[in-house]
Amino acid sequence: MSDNRPVIMKVEHLTKEFELKSKIFGAKPQILHALNDVSLDIYEGETLGVIGESGCGKSTFGRTLIQLYKATKGSVMFEGKNLFSLKGQELKKIKKDIQMVFQDPYSSLDPRKTAGKLIEEPMIVHNLIPDKTKREERVLELMREVGLDIQHVHRFPHEFSGGQRQRINVARALSMNPKVIVCDEPVSALDVSIQAQVLNLFNRLQREHNLTYIFISHDLGVIKHVSDRIAIMYLGRVVELCKADSIYEEPLHPYTKALLSAIPPESPFQNRERIVLKGDIPSPIGDQIGCPLAGRCPSCMEKCKKEQPKLEEVRSGHQVACFLYTK
Amino acid sequence: MSEIILSVKDLKTYFYTASGVAKAVDGVSFDIARGETMGIVGESGSGKSVTSSSIIRLLPPKTGRIVGGSIQFEEKDVLALNQRQLLDFRGKDIAVIFQDPMTSLDPVFKIGRQMVEMIMAHQPVSKEEARKMAVEALDKVGIPEPEKRMNAYPYELSGGMCQRVIIAMAVCCKPKLIIADEPTTALDVTVQAQVLELLKDLQKTMDTAILLITHNLGVVWDMCDKVMVMYAGNTVEFTDTKTLYQNPKHPYTWGLLDSMPKLSDVSHGELQAIPGTPPDLRLTGKCCNFYNRCPYVTEECMVSVPPLVEVEPGHLVACHRQNLENSLEKGTVTENER
Repeated sequence: MSDNRPVIMKVEHLTKEFELKSKIFGAKPQILHALNDVSLDIYEGETLGVIGESGCGKSTFGRTLIQLYKATKGSVMFEGKNLFSLKGQELKKIKKDIQMVFQDPYSSLDPRKTAGKLIEEPMIVHNLIPDKTKREERVLELMREVGLDIQHVHRFPHEFSGGQRQRINVARALSMNPKVIVCDEPVSALDVSIQAQVLNLFNRLQREHNLTYIFISHDLGVIKHVSDRIAIMYLGRVVELCKADSIYEEPLHPYTKALLSAIPPESPFQNRERIVLKGDIPSPIGDQIGCPLAGRCPSCMEKCKKEQPKLEEVRSGHQVACFLYTK
Repeated sequence: MSEIILSVKDLKTYFYTASGVAKAVDGVSFDIARGETMGIVGESGSGKSVTSSSIIRLLPPKTGRIVGGSIQFEEKDVLALNQRQLLDFRGKDIAVIFQDPMTSLDPVFKIGRQMVEMIMAHQPVSKEEARKMAVEALDKVGIPEPEKRMNAYPYELSGGMCQRVIIAMAVCCKPKLIIADEPTTALDVTVQAQVLELLKDLQKTMDTAILLITHNLGVVWDMCDKVMVMYAGNTVEFTDTKTLYQNPKHPYTWGLLDSMPKLSDVSHGELQAIPGTPPDLRLTGKCCNFYNRCPYVTEECMVSVPPLVEVEPGHLVACHRQNLENSLEKGTVTENER
């Protein structure tokens, strides 16, 4: 499916380290490895789901992609241009093509601006439609498109419900006619019935505008529903990357298997074998030796404690970083 | 049926706000038997958490008021207890586990001190004995090196570990009922699985009843014997877990089940979302609260409140179109003018 589509974004060895200042005066700062050598391709018109537990680096991945964080190492190629080497006007032009929708619909909107002004704002910043009346027409068009009542154009964010606010955020992102939208947990603050409405909206917009999504979430049900391919992250690394259906049918990495078995059942009759990972996620601070899962993995080998497995293709379109599958 | 320990009848909890009276819980009744797990599911604002705070009488003192109904715990009339008796009742008879483990613990005291304080408040033991009991409880909930962890501050532990400490505190006094209000919502899935497994084990060994409040139906399938679905302060459906899954009757339950994205579904399918948003709780109580989002709405739904009727033995539904004479089948949409 996504094999014959052109690559829109090429992420190579993306690494993000945060320096933590030491409490002791003069001591070396500690390094937090939030994102560790992530390389993957994103195809045009697909949805790449990124899933993992809190602290696995999935949000850092999204934010580094759109340069909210400056990457420590690596590059992101967007339509043949290296995003990190662009400057000034050229960068501004490209930033328009990559938009973001954040998790919290309450804090991501300016409470002092009306819905109409909020949707209009990015168009003013990027000087997309200089004519005021045309711009206002476009605002109404966008509101209709994301399913907001156009009578609410003069309302303030606090007068909207969470689902509606998220729709405003989507409209803001859409106003730039973007090619890629990075969605960082866009539905996790919403109730299930509202969540379903917003997910349907995302799906419809993608069909109509040929959008590419990078969809970050911790909910595997949601990820499975929207994605073409899924990247499973653990401790700053992508441990498995495959088509959305194969993650359910044949998960390969021990972490993916454990994650799947930990999800609450879909019916009271379902009886599953539960793979319990012991303990908590290790700290991302300091240097890592060996596979990040080694301490918790039920099938840990001697090799896992010394070397880091690389993400390798074991089947067509199915990449895993685990020594169990290397020849 | 084993002995009933908690009986809630026609509970009404209203909030008196400057802009009107919000009927957060408007006539809810249920019983919990010893060793049983009951779930309450619903979206935010459906009144599930207010129900649980009403049971332990932890409502905001100025605005929240229980205006009707009764809560009976064993021989005690909970609504008639005075402050002194309430202190004894909370913690000893009923323990509560709240959603956010990080804010449930006091950040400036060590875990051990908080646990010892709690045990000594409820049981006539010396400080040394209380300390020993606390270490045992921490060991029971699977915290490694409990002796060492007694001297840790809450911020030194992860969310899952904190939730274990709170569960340890909850089981210390051997309560007959544990109210778990969204106990795993703030936790990651793998940690959630560990905590739920722990609750199940403790329940088996101590024969405690659990009232589990959640918005996640998956957790309900995993844990509960029976389940109550709440919408806008009312019970819309109440039955055992298996029946709810196999034969749900209320249109809201159908919507709720359908709007959950499932792993076994194909990708990119259209989710059957419930249109619209939940009603304003200040305006409910005159008609079926779900009428403006229901695809099966009739004129009757707009003028009278549907009663909670037993349509099958042990299966209660509050819907005008679901009763003994006529039962509505899912999917038969009758388009009515709204």
